[in-house]
Amino acid sequence: MGVELQREKWVGRVTPVTLGATAAEGGTRGHTITVGGETTLPFLHFEGQMPHAPVTALEIWDMPPADWPPLLLDAFGDAVQDPVSWAKKCVDEYGARLLCLRLASTAPDGQNAPPEAAADTVRAVLKAVDVPLIVLGCGDFDKDNQVFPKVSDAAAGERVAIGIAEQNNYKSLVASCMMNNHVILSQAPIDINIQKQMNILITEMGMPPERILMDPTTGGLGYGLEYCYSIMERIRLGALQGDKMLAMPLIVFPGQESWRFKEAKEPESAAPQWGEQYTRAISWELTTAVALLQAGADVLVFRHPEARRQTERYIEAMMAPAGVEA
Amino acid sequence: MALTGLEIYKLLPKKNCRECGSPTCLAFAMQLAQGKGSLDACPYVSEEAKEKLGAASQPPIRLVTIGTGEHALQVGDETVLFRHDKTFFHQPPLAVTVYDDWEDARIQARLAELKAFSWERVGLVLRVDMVAVVHRAEEPGRLAAAAQMVQAALPYPLYLESAEAGAVEAALQAVGAGKPLIAAATPENWQAWVELAKKYGCPLVVSAEGLDALAELAEKVAAAGVKDLVLDSRPATLVQALTDQTQIRRLAIRKKFRPLGYPTLVRVPQGDAWQATAYAATLIAKYGGVLLLPAEVGIPNVLPLVTLRQNIYTDPQKPIQVQPGIYPVGEPGPDAPVLVTTNFSLTYFTVMSDVEASKIPAYMLICDTDGTSVLTAWAAGKFSAESIAETMDKFKLAEKVNHRRLILPGFVAVLSGKLQSLTNWEVVVGPRESAGLPNFLRARLSA
Repeated sequence: MGVELQREKWVGRVTPVTLGATAAEGGTRGHTITVGGETTLPFLHFEGQMPHAPVTALEIWDMPPADWPPLLLDAFGDAVQDPVSWAKKCVDEYGARLLCLRLASTAPDGQNAPPEAAADTVRAVLKAVDVPLIVLGCGDFDKDNQVFPKVSDAAAGERVAIGIAEQNNYKSLVASCMMNNHVILSQAPIDINIQKQMNILITEMGMPPERILMDPTTGGLGYGLEYCYSIMERIRLGALQGDKMLAMPLIVFPGQESWRFKEAKEPESAAPQWGEQYTRAISWELTTAVALLQAGADVLVFRHPEARRQTERYIEAMMAPAGVEA
Repeated sequence: MALTGLEIYKLLPKKNCRECGSPTCLAFAMQLAQGKGSLDACPYVSEEAKEKLGAASQPPIRLVTIGTGEHALQVGDETVLFRHDKTFFHQPPLAVTVYDDWEDARIQARLAELKAFSWERVGLVLRVDMVAVVHRAEEPGRLAAAAQMVQAALPYPLYLESAEAGAVEAALQAVGAGKPLIAAATPENWQAWVELAKKYGCPLVVSAEGLDALAELAEKVAAAGVKDLVLDSRPATLVQALTDQTQIRRLAIRKKFRPLGYPTLVRVPQGDAWQATAYAATLIAKYGGVLLLPAEVGIPNVLPLVTLRQNIYTDPQKPIQVQPGIYPVGEPGPDAPVLVTTNFSLTYFTVMSDVEASKIPAYMLICDTDGTSVLTAWAAGKFSAESIAETMDKFKLAEKVNHRRLILPGFVAVLSGKLQSLTNWEVVVGPRESAGLPNFLRARLSA
């Protein structure tokens, strides 16, 4: 019996976005990374193209994180004391091809480090490693608006991705990203309409769509992942149906959203019914990442190197059009 | 071609007898048109109507029951391709594998582990649902012995697999009353399996490589009288598995293609627990039916998988709710702070994890807002000074703590005056976003 395969005829395409700039492009990165370009839902190679594989990044901080559990900190040892050592360890030892630097020290209710110090950190990390970089602020709008322009200038020419831009604080970040040719992270709180509105506002200021990544706000596995999952599916369907203001690639944070919760954090002694912590915690981050990939994630930021590595193996298997034998 | 509700209605007896469970024949017709329910529920329908309604009277994906009693599993009867279009209805059962050539002690150890693995999360029990007993032993009768061992230890339905129908029949003589899922009918040997499935009334896996061969086999088996089928397309890779699952779902729902209108079975390959976890997660998200997990997938891998399954199969129109009440975070004493919020599970979890992050033990007072978030509930009048005061009384908050101070979400600061005068408690306005709680609580403690 001949079964007639069902192929969707999509008209749209996810906008390709490139992170990093090599010497030829006015930067100092050893390579660039391009994401997006899909003309199908994730990994449905029978139906359309996925010209660029989804990419993974490791997250580093400019100060030792206070709330990371020992199991996670163990992966980096003393390197967490210094962002330059931490960056090098991720690249040299763990093979990361993309890093995400969180400027946690700038938080006004914490160390309240000045914008100049943050810019120095960004400069030092860019000098120490030659992979493309994502830079995140502390999340306090007023402080981020002081920090972002300095960071943008410090990284001029390197085409870093900077965020988060949110409904109430996107203007100055857009302006400084436009001036220095950077990529902006546009965030909406699990809301497709606000997401679209954000993208319209940002592009109306003159920012080209190929310099925007969308952050749909990652929900943690067991803590609202399904909302994020469905918003991502709807955003991606919108893109494939031709809505250019929903066609930017999606960035998600499975690392941040896994290691906040007790299912990953608790040692086995505190939760014997859940079994051994290492496998459980890495599986938690990996499973979160797989679900987000199936919903359309293009850039995934990890905390544990093993979760990133296993996700890379998974992506590699999923990107072979005929698949890789398990 | 699918019929509209009105077209179906014309063929119904129009007695409005309610015996099908719908209030009227028209309502029943509408249900059928949406692919929900089956014409069999109508006791008075004519043979002529049955024939005419044909495909339209059956759901696009058959609902198959595995096992009996309170642990019976239902799989299939899905109606959409994306959960946001309506919802996914029947969670894919997770089956953990034991092999009959394992020594008894090893099987027992595995069963003990599975038995211990069950806990409640937002009112739902998370656990493994099935045990797959796979025939590998040379010794005759071993599959039956292993199946009996599993049935004695756990109440979950079984999956019995062998290349030989005879080995499964020997096992069914012992455990057949539990209606296990049996595997597998293939293009070469399906007749023997059809006999078995009929004799014991068991659901049957049909297994063939590729969708063409699978559809052909499923049609033959159905024509021979076995309707409770589960489809195995034997994909060689995960990409192929995703492709097959997507095609089967699209064909069944969009084209009402009967030969593939059944739930599926996916064998997660052996070899690597990480990639097996990722493999299973993929098919929990994308249309998998019964998922057979290989032996090396342990409890720490299963924990995120059952959680993902719960997330994906949550009805998007019905937010998960937490029972209203007073919840301790950490081990709060009588002087611990009390935070008020709503019973939307996401709100609850977010606030709870942020309070946990503060490392300050506290109480959460959860008010019934029909599972809506703070702002939505406030806008709808479901989160008011009166309802908070009522909840305080109902759960006797005053007996839990020795102070009279409440922390209110920043978004509903407007309620503080009224709440204060209603209760005579001091009302402190907290941060708008839950993420601000750790700093807020720490700052208050040191103040």
